[in-house]
Amino acid sequence: MIVGSQKPIEEIWSMVKDFKKVLVFGCNTCVAICHAGGEKEAATIASLIRMRAGQEGKAMEVNHMGVMRHCEPEYFDPVIEEVKSYDLVLSTACGVGVNFLSDRTGTIPVYPGINTSFYGAVEAPGFFKELCAGCGDCIVHLTGGLCPIARCSKTLMNGPCGGTNHGKCEVSNEVDCVWYLIVERMKKLGTLEKLSEVLPPRNWSTSRDGGPRRVSVEHIREYEEQEAQKPETAGGKK
Amino acid sequence: MKSGSNLEQVISSGVPAVTAELGPPMSADPHEVIKKAQQLKGFCDAANITDCQTAVVRISSIAAAAIAFQQGLEPVMQMTCRDRNRIAMQADLLGAAALGLKNCLCLAGDHQKFSAAGRLKGHPGAKNVYDVDTCQLVGILKKMRDEGKQEGGDPIEVAPKFFIGASWTPMADPVDFRPINLMKKVNAGADFIQTQGIYDIEGFRSQMAKIVNMGLHERTAILGGIIVPKSAMMLKYMDSSVAGVSVPKSLIDRMNKAKAAAGEDKKKMRELQEQEGIKITIELIHQVLETPGIKGVHIQAIEWESAIEGIVKEAGLYPRPTFPGA
Ligand code: SF4
Ligand code: SF4
Repeated sequence: MIVGSQKPIEEIWSMVKDFKKVLVFGCNTCVAICHAGGEKEAATIASLIRMRAGQEGKAMEVNHMGVMRHCEPEYFDPVIEEVKSYDLVLSTACGVGVNFLSDRTGTIPVYPGINTSFYGAVEAPGFFKELCAGCGDCIVHLTGGLCPIARCSKTLMNGPCGGTNHGKCEVSNEVDCVWYLIVERMKKLGTLEKLSEVLPPRNWSTSRDGGPRRVSVEHIREYEEQEAQKPETAGGKK
Repeated sequence: MKSGSNLEQVISSGVPAVTAELGPPMSADPHEVIKKAQQLKGFCDAANITDCQTAVVRISSIAAAAIAFQQGLEPVMQMTCRDRNRIAMQADLLGAAALGLKNCLCLAGDHQKFSAAGRLKGHPGAKNVYDVDTCQLVGILKKMRDEGKQEGGDPIEVAPKFFIGASWTPMADPVDFRPINLMKKVNAGADFIQTQGIYDIEGFRSQMAKIVNMGLHERTAILGGIIVPKSAMMLKYMDSSVAGVSVPKSLIDRMNKAKAAAGEDKKKMRELQEQEGIKITIELIHQVLETPGIKGVHIQAIEWESAIEGIVKEAGLYPRPTFPGA
């Protein structure tokens, strides 16, 4: 899932303070799980803004709403006209949602209501951990199923640096050194000798470095195109 | 000869090699480099020029190495993977070779968060690069030198001929992986290795026994790292906070004793500890050189380059061999 965290209310206030009619628009999937930007959090943020507007003596209408996902049109299409009736949409979806909505709200600005942090998992209740960086060319079959790209502070591919300290990373004693974990895991799997091979420089073009990426799934596209053509063909025969 | 550097010649002659370290200043003044180069010249076979060590901006390794070289000190240019992608790295390597530099040590580099262990502001908000890691950088240097090709495959008309080095922390976690770690660097093409500072000779020897078993000591020249201790405080800090370094209690006790002997006299406290530090250094040098598989020592007198002359002389490693044309 995508993990995010709330922005300080000061920062949010500085973004919204000059608008008259604001919609705090939550997303009820990933960012709801981490209590950053679901409908519930959107409601809280909306009331904080209202309070602040009251304190500052600003006339402002602030409402909230939530949909299942901001990243697929089918979820927000039913409410898009209502969304567009605001001066500002403060989206508490992840950055994907903010971008996706921005492309679809015409002249209505969409601002980010949260900080999108990473792709991670629920390590323990209330504790989320980054585990993948979406590099576009997964190699964790070579590293015991653990990712050195996302989880090593130096994205090292050929083993630990000299900074590993009691299993922790040199950047912080609260961060596990993933190379320590990889070695321990591969020992357990009996595959440590796999690490002897030198992995050559990576082709990072599959990652963000190659420019914005796209994935095109042919069979879905073909199916959709066929579906779209059906009534037309039927009509033509008549 | 792969590079014809002085260091390479000393190593192939079979004489135990001595390398030292020169830390460039946080300033555009070349005099500091010149001064340190003069202090080291003649007392080591080559001196490492650190590359923004501890993630602090200093005169670049390549520029400081060129200045040292003009002074007659053979440099080992250090190159970390932290700040440059493979384009910048190879450009710098071509430039360094064009300036006459012949040794390059490949390192991961301290993370940008390090900022001299918090003593300086540094640039903890910098973006880090790590396009390639140490093993991969070693491989790039080798490919450039031996195949005359850039990493991407384009030909190089005049190939940069470096004597290729890498660092090794023999006793860091996960300890049983460290020999494999070294093997990978050697397989990638490391001609020489400089280790992290060693105080725990027993621990080091047990790691070296594995290396000798693997035959790695014959495929690369391993120089044992010695960090000259200046005070009891420094030894305690290294023991508790520097990854892969453990300092036996007996050494810390010796330093404490030297400190106590000075009574309340601050100046004397420093002097006595420095004297003891040099004694410890010389003992360590001998112990490291007696370790099977070792081809030399890498002596780091951090911000204390002037100590090298005395250490090298007292350790019986002076004069250094000379070779025509190096
Ligand atoms: S290797 Fe790439 S795709 Fe695989 S887990 Fe790591 S970042 Fe994600
Ligand atoms: S300590 Fe471990 S996780 Fe941290 S940078 Fe080094 S190898 Fe990577």
